[in-house]
Amino acid sequence: MILYVIRRLLLAIPIAIGVTIVCFSLIHLAPGDPLSTVLPDNATPEVVEEIRAAYGFDKPLPVQYLVWLGNVVSGDFGLSIQSRRPVLGDIVPAVQNTMILAFAAVLIGFPFGTILGAIAGYSQGSLTDKVVTAISITGVSVPHYWLGMVLVVIFAVNMGALPAMGMGPGGQSDFALNWAHLRHLLLPAITLSVIPAGIIARSVRATIADVRKKDFVSTLRAKGLSPAWVFLHVAKNAAPVVLAVCGLQFAQLLGGSILVETVFSWPGTGFLMNSAIFTRDLPVLQGTILVLSLFFVVINLLVDVLQTVFDPRIRRG
Amino acid sequence: MTDATVTTIAPARPAAPVTPAQGYWGGVAKRLRRDPLTLICLGVILAIVLAAVFAPLISPADPYKTSMMARLKPVGTPGHFLGTDELGRDMLARLIYGGRISLFTGVTPVVLATLIGGVLGLAAGFFGGLVNTTIMRTMDVFYAFPSVLLAVAISGALGAGLLNVLIALTVVFIPPICRIAESVTTQARAEDYVEAARATGAATWRIITVHVLPNVMGPVFIYASSLISVSIVIASGLSFLGLGVSPPQADWGLMLNTLRQSIYIAPGQAVIPGIMIFITSMCFNLMSDGLRGAMDVKE
Amino acid sequence: MTDTLSLAPKTSPRTLPVDDRGGPRQPMLIVEDLKKHFPIKTGGAFGGLRTSVKAVDGVNFTVAKRETLGVVGESGCGKSTMARLLSHLITPDTGSIIFDGEKVGASGGISVRDLRRQMQMVFQDSYSSLNPRLPIVDSIAFGPKANGVKGSVARARAEEILGLVGLNPRQFARRYPHQLSGGQRQRVNIARALAMEPRLVVLDEAVSALDKSVEAQVLNLLARLKEQFELTYIFISHDLNVVQYISDRVLVMYLGQVVEIGEVDELYARPSHPYTEALLSSRPSMDPARRRTEPPLAGDPPNPVNLPSGCRFRTRCALAEEVCAKVAPVLTPLPDSPTHPVACHARQPGAGHSLSPAA
Repeated sequence: MILYVIRRLLLAIPIAIGVTIVCFSLIHLAPGDPLSTVLPDNATPEVVEEIRAAYGFDKPLPVQYLVWLGNVVSGDFGLSIQSRRPVLGDIVPAVQNTMILAFAAVLIGFPFGTILGAIAGYSQGSLTDKVVTAISITGVSVPHYWLGMVLVVIFAVNMGALPAMGMGPGGQSDFALNWAHLRHLLLPAITLSVIPAGIIARSVRATIADVRKKDFVSTLRAKGLSPAWVFLHVAKNAAPVVLAVCGLQFAQLLGGSILVETVFSWPGTGFLMNSAIFTRDLPVLQGTILVLSLFFVVINLLVDVLQTVFDPRIRRG
Repeated sequence: MTDATVTTIAPARPAAPVTPAQGYWGGVAKRLRRDPLTLICLGVILAIVLAAVFAPLISPADPYKTSMMARLKPVGTPGHFLGTDELGRDMLARLIYGGRISLFTGVTPVVLATLIGGVLGLAAGFFGGLVNTTIMRTMDVFYAFPSVLLAVAISGALGAGLLNVLIALTVVFIPPICRIAESVTTQARAEDYVEAARATGAATWRIITVHVLPNVMGPVFIYASSLISVSIVIASGLSFLGLGVSPPQADWGLMLNTLRQSIYIAPGQAVIPGIMIFITSMCFNLMSDGLRGAMDVKE
Repeated sequence: MTDTLSLAPKTSPRTLPVDDRGGPRQPMLIVEDLKKHFPIKTGGAFGGLRTSVKAVDGVNFTVAKRETLGVVGESGCGKSTMARLLSHLITPDTGSIIFDGEKVGASGGISVRDLRRQMQMVFQDSYSSLNPRLPIVDSIAFGPKANGVKGSVARARAEEILGLVGLNPRQFARRYPHQLSGGQRQRVNIARALAMEPRLVVLDEAVSALDKSVEAQVLNLLARLKEQFELTYIFISHDLNVVQYISDRVLVMYLGQVVEIGEVDELYARPSHPYTEALLSSRPSMDPARRRTEPPLAGDPPNPVNLPSGCRFRTRCALAEEVCAKVAPVLTPLPDSPTHPVACHARQPGAGHSLSPAA
């Protein structure tokens, strides 16, 4: 068990290194000289060379990568081209805000999806099942950024019940557990929860239906076990799959929030990236993507490890 | 030595009716014909595609003709069936023309990714060993990004533009398709019929094309079809962020973006383009489910 | 060479040229010191601890032309690995395979490709051995086509062979595997092997998955085809009765090694290795008076990763003595029967076992 966890950890290292390489390459994917955004228009060739050397752009790419990686590991993500402040200072609060939104979406979407899926899986072929299937397929098909706009139209524009944008009263971006803040959270969180809820409902339904077809369930029923107990057995066998789907969906929320944050002007990572893209502030874009994708790697790792706790068969693999 | 003809079953009774062997795809078509929901979705998609292709013929108005007098007119305005947008352009015309880019940016990346990812996965699965390790570990790295994030990252770094959206989405969809192709190929390769084919001394490419590919294509195709819906939503999403085509070109995502400014003035108009994205994505999703149902049969 | 095999001589000319090079006295197959160890990871945080499963560990035997060699043993004893090694579907670690006097893969010998053409396999799982996407006639014609036979010729031959295995081509040729019964599918698999006009056919548990009545039909078909096409069979099975019925000689395997080889009648009448004895006495007897209650073989075979020292069977053997743990017995002919080699100290003169016959 411990050995498995250690091995899994070690396997994540090359992935993490790969992620840093991709993030590093992003800057060099960008058209034109990465320097052009920092240079004044009337820079003389000498100035250009000086700045180039200052940024380390005169060295070969692998060296640049290693230097960059060393800086990143020690917490130096470079300077924002826009604000001239350390990138990390912008990323940390943004990540916090995205986390708040993601957790809220998890709280709404996961139980909803799981319960719907379980009900449908237990009543396969019935009307309930069809309704749930319709809901979940709507959930996975809907463009959530559009759904956000629709919710804004209904609850903010027409009813005036909930705020349309921002994170707190008066445009402040600190979070507190009170109604004034929670009402700002409600619409974006619901919007963000729709896709994972749909996906979770779908896979829970499929898993439950699958487990119920197994011979051991028939045996339990034949033994005269009460339906509640049988359900417990089914649930226990479906748990690893459900857990895996939920973990993956939580991780996807971190990336998926960019569009929702834009709709609701939620000051998270998505919002940060969006502005970075249009100001061509590549260090900010790069840093944010790196942090989010490393989170993604860690969450996937945790899900894997957790899964082995539930399902010892996986450990062998 | 026994005479060969003796051992052949002699047709003593009148020849048994020859069962029409319809084959795999025949069966799929038959099952699809019995599935009304999938057929309806197919019809809707076909209608949207045809409308986009023949946009100049059926469009009720010039999608680029602005009118300061007729801005944000509601649905049902005479002369503008679906009203007008923030610059007074005919909404219906823009939706029809917008379908061209939205469908193109939604479907193309999946097609490209299926080709590239499919070939990579097939190679990884069939040859195994170092080829497999190299390809699959590279895919793992790209898999380590949430899909929307990766799409935004690539197209954000490359800058706004249609081509960049296509590149970004293709890169996003290659790893999942490659994984499916690899796992199905690995399974197929372990089947005894591939072993039996190898035992005839047949050339590798022949074994792949005759015995592996036909059995791998089905699952890959089903999976890829389920990605079209996601692709349309993300492609329009990128466009919604302003990373796709630039105004005044029409595209459902971009229309949502520009109309969002008018959400307080004309909320009804602002959400219309999203309905098109929703319907298209939903239809592709349902059609993919129908396909899966028709193709995923245990024989 | 008029007595060489010729497939369906009256109906069509041979499509793939093959000749009997070594003559009738040259064994069809000589296998020498064949070994295959599969490396496995047994743990360690880095997966660094490696060891191996000795699936086939130094196997020697010969198969004469036109004979049927039965191979028996418990599941996991390496029978199937050996079958795949013979046709180089798995590359052996060491050892040589000499096919009709020509060493496989050696310079001046026979190439793996040519070997495969002349040595075909029939697998146990009749369903998984057929491509579900191909009509059976195309599955049968695939091999010849891949070896340069024209498509139309190959298909015509395939239909003809379908008839030979008892399936009316008009009725069955265009069917897909899922439209056939298990027995019919296995006939198709046999037809597919025959289409290559092989000289040696390896039947790996080819009838084991079939119903008893169907099994008998397929066995009779195999016997008839053997006569008709002058085939040589290696017949792998865990079913001792079936092996007794079809084989000329029988080879007994235990944990990757040969423990006994003999003429079928002699081996069944006078099993000499304790393992063979146990296998044979584990067969249910039709005579109630001869039924036994104690299990003939105690326990499971040992873990193939951690094999016992000396004789591999000693952990389950009633005759095991000190010498068995120290020295691994070598396959040696019985003193009174030169065609009946056994790998057991208790049967070899001067082996140091209390039951060893006097030298």
